[in-house]
Amino acid sequence: MKAENAHQTSKTLEYLTILIDDQKFGIPVLQIQDVLREQKVTRIPLASPEVAGSLNLRGRIVTAIDVRKRLNVKIDPSKRSMSVVVEYNQELYSLIIDKVGDVLSLDQNRIEKNPGTLDSKWRDISDGVCQLDSELLIIMDVPRLLDSIQARAS
Amino acid sequence: MNVDVLENLMTMVSELVLTRNQLLQILRSNAESEFTTPLQRLNHVVSDLQEGVMKTRMQPIGNAWQKLPRIIRDLSMELGKKIDLDMRGADTELDRQVLEMIKDPLTHMVRNSGDHGIEKPADRVKAGKPETGRIMLEAFHEGGHILIKISDDGKGLALEKIKQKILSNGLATQEELQGMSVQQIQQYIFKAGFSTAEKVTSVSGRGVGMDVVRTNIEKIGGSIEMNSVEGKGSVFTIKIPLTLAIVSALIVEAAGERFAIPQLSVRELVMISTQGDNRIEYVHNAPVFRLRERLLPLISLGDVLKLREESDADQGLITRGYIVVTQVGSFEFGIIVDKVFDTEEIVVKPVSKLLQGLSLFSGNTILGDGSVIMILDPNGIAETTGTLAEADREESEQAGNIPDSHKKTSLLLFRAADSAPKAVPLALVARLENVRLDKIERSGGQMMVQYRDTLMPLIPYHESMEIGSTGEKPVLVFAERNRSLGLIVDQIIDITEQYVDIQISASRPGLLGSAIINGKATDVMDLAYFLASIDKDWFKDHGDEDFVTAADLSNKNRRRSILLIDDSLFFRNMLTPLLSVAGYDVTTLESPLQALKLCEDGAHFDVIISDIEMPEMDGFEFAQRVRDNSRWQNVPMVALSSHATPQDIDRGRKVGFNDYVAKFDRDTLLNSLSETVANARMAERASKATARG
Repeated sequence: MKAENAHQTSKTLEYLTILIDDQKFGIPVLQIQDVLREQKVTRIPLASPEVAGSLNLRGRIVTAIDVRKRLNVKIDPSKRSMSVVVEYNQELYSLIIDKVGDVLSLDQNRIEKNPGTLDSKWRDISDGVCQLDSELLIIMDVPRLLDSIQARAS
Repeated sequence: MNVDVLENLMTMVSELVLTRNQLLQILRSNAESEFTTPLQRLNHVVSDLQEGVMKTRMQPIGNAWQKLPRIIRDLSMELGKKIDLDMRGADTELDRQVLEMIKDPLTHMVRNSGDHGIEKPADRVKAGKPETGRIMLEAFHEGGHILIKISDDGKGLALEKIKQKILSNGLATQEELQGMSVQQIQQYIFKAGFSTAEKVTSVSGRGVGMDVVRTNIEKIGGSIEMNSVEGKGSVFTIKIPLTLAIVSALIVEAAGERFAIPQLSVRELVMISTQGDNRIEYVHNAPVFRLRERLLPLISLGDVLKLREESDADQGLITRGYIVVTQVGSFEFGIIVDKVFDTEEIVVKPVSKLLQGLSLFSGNTILGDGSVIMILDPNGIAETTGTLAEADREESEQAGNIPDSHKKTSLLLFRAADSAPKAVPLALVARLENVRLDKIERSGGQMMVQYRDTLMPLIPYHESMEIGSTGEKPVLVFAERNRSLGLIVDQIIDITEQYVDIQISASRPGLLGSAIINGKATDVMDLAYFLASIDKDWFKDHGDEDFVTAADLSNKNRRRSILLIDDSLFFRNMLTPLLSVAGYDVTTLESPLQALKLCEDGAHFDVIISDIEMPEMDGFEFAQRVRDNSRWQNVPMVALSSHATPQDIDRGRKVGFNDYVAKFDRDTLLNSLSETVANARMAERASKATARG
């Protein structure tokens, strides 16, 4: 995938699509380190509610963030969650979501600004919206998502 | 070699150690494995590798000693003493991180030895000792630890004085003291309570700041002991680990979750039972435990971590589990947990930035079985109980935290006349003294005592108090300029920091009213009443400054605010009590950058004290920036430095410091502060007068 990416023109980027409460999000593939099935995490008492805990990923400690709690959506306990691991400021975070979809190549010109009516919780982590054939894809701004949680924690 | 590369290598080796531990744990469960032999070899190689990498982080301890000869030289000139400093084992190596942490305590202790240990040449000759005193600093390795010895051939500790202080501070009873060895009694100088009172005493001794030294050393898992023979000298022995990277931790469980507690702070484990001695008792819902005649406050781990539902907590009575007896500084408490597992060697890793606001955790790690576990910070847990040594509290105060108008006041608690505790704002008390009753002279109905070459009037707290003619009584000394007044009391209890909210106004002269302090109704003393009861001119004939009275407490303009900038936590802890006792509101910051930010934010201070040697920006540059163009350009500034050569002082003045003081010189610092503030005020008045004229 990486080799392929090198040949892309600067205008298209590849996004991994993920599903949260039936809404499609896209995260730039280059930010993603790993995709995991549901993992057992160690709870961290007193942390913010969206911090699900921490886990061991090949000897590194990863902080798990439940993005669904951050966005205030329903969590279906009967379904298994998945997570994508991203690195930010030299730390690993595992973002818990409902499901991982496929990889899309998107022309940057197709990404439009957030609609003004978007819920502020969502607007905080959204880097724009892209019109797909049958649905809309929200580009997730991972650094901002993590910063916003840290800002509230401290 | 690049330090980052090394750090990285170190982390990877730590990982390797963890993985090895993991493998060894698996191996333990099936003994007849074909992996046994290769794993043993891996084990050895990893151990050697770890040792090798550790070595690269090592630095000779001599790096921390470089400034000592100069400090001792300056000191001997200043005090007219002759002191030889003998340093041995300067090439002994220890971890860079550890080195940084012990540098300041060591400097302080050596300085202390010269200041309080070594006598003046004449006294030494009289005692049959050579004129020149000797301080010896020694460092060597011993079984995975470094030992540092600081010895002097000075006058040693006066055991009687320590005993008296233990008694007057209520740290132990007469009977307990009789059962103690000399060594045990000497260790009291490290107790927080001991030196808290010591800070306002003129009977200067080794106790000054020793609790701060001890806290610093214990923080890195070290210990400190002292041995002193009166008249012969003292030996301090500091034992510190070679490295901080790997620690041993006790694994416990609460509400189904596992946590690690650093073994260093664990004193012992007690199993809880429903009956008999190991029963938990309750003092108004607060669980306590009788541990060998002492009452140990208990904290339920499940509760402080909010792991239990509210309804569970309500069910109250704890009948199962264990108490982990934990010590933080001199404060002992018990942590209630459900289960206790093994101890494990762990590599402490910092927690994610997302979790750094949580003071209850000092880090996290991966256990031998591969799971992640949070490491508890006993300091943080102790803080939740609200009883911690002052030094620790100050440390937790966030930088840039400007005290708001409704501020806590430090109060000195004492007993006199009756059993009810009394309080007086600590800021008003200059010193605590013990006065020998046979030294008291009476003239014209006024009790007087010779004190520092002048006569000091003494008044009892209440007429009904019986002042005998033998023994000693504690006296609170109130002073302004060089005049003092002593108030005789029965016992000094404690120093505490409280919001003073006087609830019942005075029914009796001499009291401002009553307030609830530490859960007890306490009389708050009206100093003005006592001042009025002696000759009114006593304080008035000296300058235009009125004596500070309790009424001034509400007048915020009277308490000068000070900004103290020093990158060393040690010195911040050391100077803050000194300055607050001297009547300043102290705000401490680690770096000039924070200070400049505070300046932009519009904070105001009456005077700024700044260290010179600091990592990000030094004091000279800071002063320049302040003087250049900031809100603070007219605020007086005092520089504080461990070397004060004439060139430094010159440079300091050039960049805008009003005064330049050597770091260890308290009296000069306080004098310089009051002068600087006074001069600045006069200048201000003068400029106002000119403006008006």
